[in-house]
Amino acid sequence: MKIGVCVKVVPDTDTRIKIAGGGEGIDESGIKWIVSPYDAFAVEEGVKTKEAGGGEVVLFSAGPKDWQTQLRAGGLAVGGDKAVIIDDPALAGTDGLGVAKALAKAIEAEGIEVVFTGKQAIDDDNVQVPAMLAELLGWPHVSFVSELSLDGTTFTATRDVGSGIQEVVTGSLPAVFTAERGLNNPRYAKLPAIMKAKKKPVDVKALGDLGLSADDVAPAVTTTAFSLPPERPAGRKLEGDVDSMVSQLVDLLRNEAKVL
Amino acid sequence: MSGILVIAEHEGGVFKKTAAELLGKATELAGTLGVPVSAAVLGDAPAAELGAFGAAKVYQVAGDFGDYDTGAVTSAIVAAIEASGADVVLTAASFLGKDAIPRVVARTNGGQSSECTELRAEGGQVVGRRPMYAGKAFADTTISRSPAIFTVRPNSFGQPVAGGGSAEVVAVNAELKHSGLKLVERKQPETEAVDLTEAERIVSGGRSLKSKEQFDAVVRPLAGSLKATVGASRAAVDAGYAPHGDQVGQTGKTVNPQLYIALGISGAIQHLAGMRTSKVIVAVNTDPDAPIFEHATYGLVADLFEVAPKLQAAVEALD
Repeated sequence: MKIGVCVKVVPDTDTRIKIAGGGEGIDESGIKWIVSPYDAFAVEEGVKTKEAGGGEVVLFSAGPKDWQTQLRAGGLAVGGDKAVIIDDPALAGTDGLGVAKALAKAIEAEGIEVVFTGKQAIDDDNVQVPAMLAELLGWPHVSFVSELSLDGTTFTATRDVGSGIQEVVTGSLPAVFTAERGLNNPRYAKLPAIMKAKKKPVDVKALGDLGLSADDVAPAVTTTAFSLPPERPAGRKLEGDVDSMVSQLVDLLRNEAKVL
Repeated sequence: MSGILVIAEHEGGVFKKTAAELLGKATELAGTLGVPVSAAVLGDAPAAELGAFGAAKVYQVAGDFGDYDTGAVTSAIVAAIEASGADVVLTAASFLGKDAIPRVVARTNGGQSSECTELRAEGGQVVGRRPMYAGKAFADTTISRSPAIFTVRPNSFGQPVAGGGSAEVVAVNAELKHSGLKLVERKQPETEAVDLTEAERIVSGGRSLKSKEQFDAVVRPLAGSLKATVGASRAAVDAGYAPHGDQVGQTGKTVNPQLYIALGISGAIQHLAGMRTSKVIVAVNTDPDAPIFEHATYGLVADLFEVAPKLQAAVEALD
């Protein structure tokens, strides 16, 4: 089976976000870039699927070709076979739908039969591209999957629908699955695999190679006026022994903060 | 602009709180922009009642939506938007808002701004302000194509006061294109505690709990006495002290309680991102230099194994 995994490269979770200039975006200096953590679950699910039934795992990204560093380390070194990066100046300012359109064309061109991706990328937190992609492909999708079993082309998936409620759904491929934490435990890359990943193919494509123009991915959404959230007012450390601190705390929670 | 449509969600005919919340905000925006407000309802629900919150018309799509199906919901919403003629749509960032709305946007070639926490009318259009990087930054969004769909994080706005009006109900017939998925089981949560994302009180444990046994013996009873939901840091989840669904932070749940008690959590940036909007933060940690203390309303430099049982006893002694 030809397995597709959509991956985005994002700032590491330990990044302290800084705003660039007049608020037109974030300051990217000094940021460590990683494969978005939910996409790492998707990579692992793709590789597990290949190990169970054979096939090929193709990674797809819409972004600068420099992302191949992270795609190799976080994708090709843990079982991915090749990567397709759609790098085009017109994608730089696009929105979720523009990205989904580019990914859909690339996925169709590779003859992919199932797609895994993270439930969201942890930079924009849009939760848009996976379901948009499924719509453009004309496939069903299952959101927030925490358990999945594939049997040939039929599947049983458990999805989190909010308020702690889970639904079990069945269906058949092709389909897009979005990975929730708990779906699996992504493996770590071993040194020989990291070396081997350096030689795996990375295809860099422009929109024109996929039959798309800049107009096709023109964004509807414009994002401006970036700012940091307001600072929390300084708190205080309580003094004294444990008994004293606990009784002060209960008094403060009840009479000052009024939350008890 | 031609109008604002609110997707009014209901469960078994009872409207969710977000329906009135969004209609209240839509009415305020529409007043400034000089456009009408309407609502969309899928399936059986007392649609005319939404007039009380400012909807002049309600577009009601007939069909059985008892078992949520992405495909049916997507086609119904597309039909309601078309029938209403509205170019701006507001919906909750609920499961429907995350699961079906992106398909609506792709099918209609519109635009989407997700999980807005503020909406305002400016320059003849709606501007949505939204968190990014798990709330480490915020930005304004505008949408140039129609439908312009803003999904709103629940409880971002207050509940409006109900007026007296009744809305005109317009029946919409739509061909509901089923996704082909079959719902075979619906599992309710194992605990009776409120889900983390909706909890008013949270007691979270970190790596300092040292084992699942101690996590269960210390964090859970304190949470129980406070009627709080249990949370955990990434380190605690990775170590197997708590299930993945309990994780608070950038790669777990974003929470917004009145009271957040962090036991033995150092306060990594990715954890702070998920809980920094808590009204009151209490931190208990033996390390006086732990970053969590910079953000805590009340900090206790102490051993959590001493504090937790004493705090629990003190809470249980309250009337």
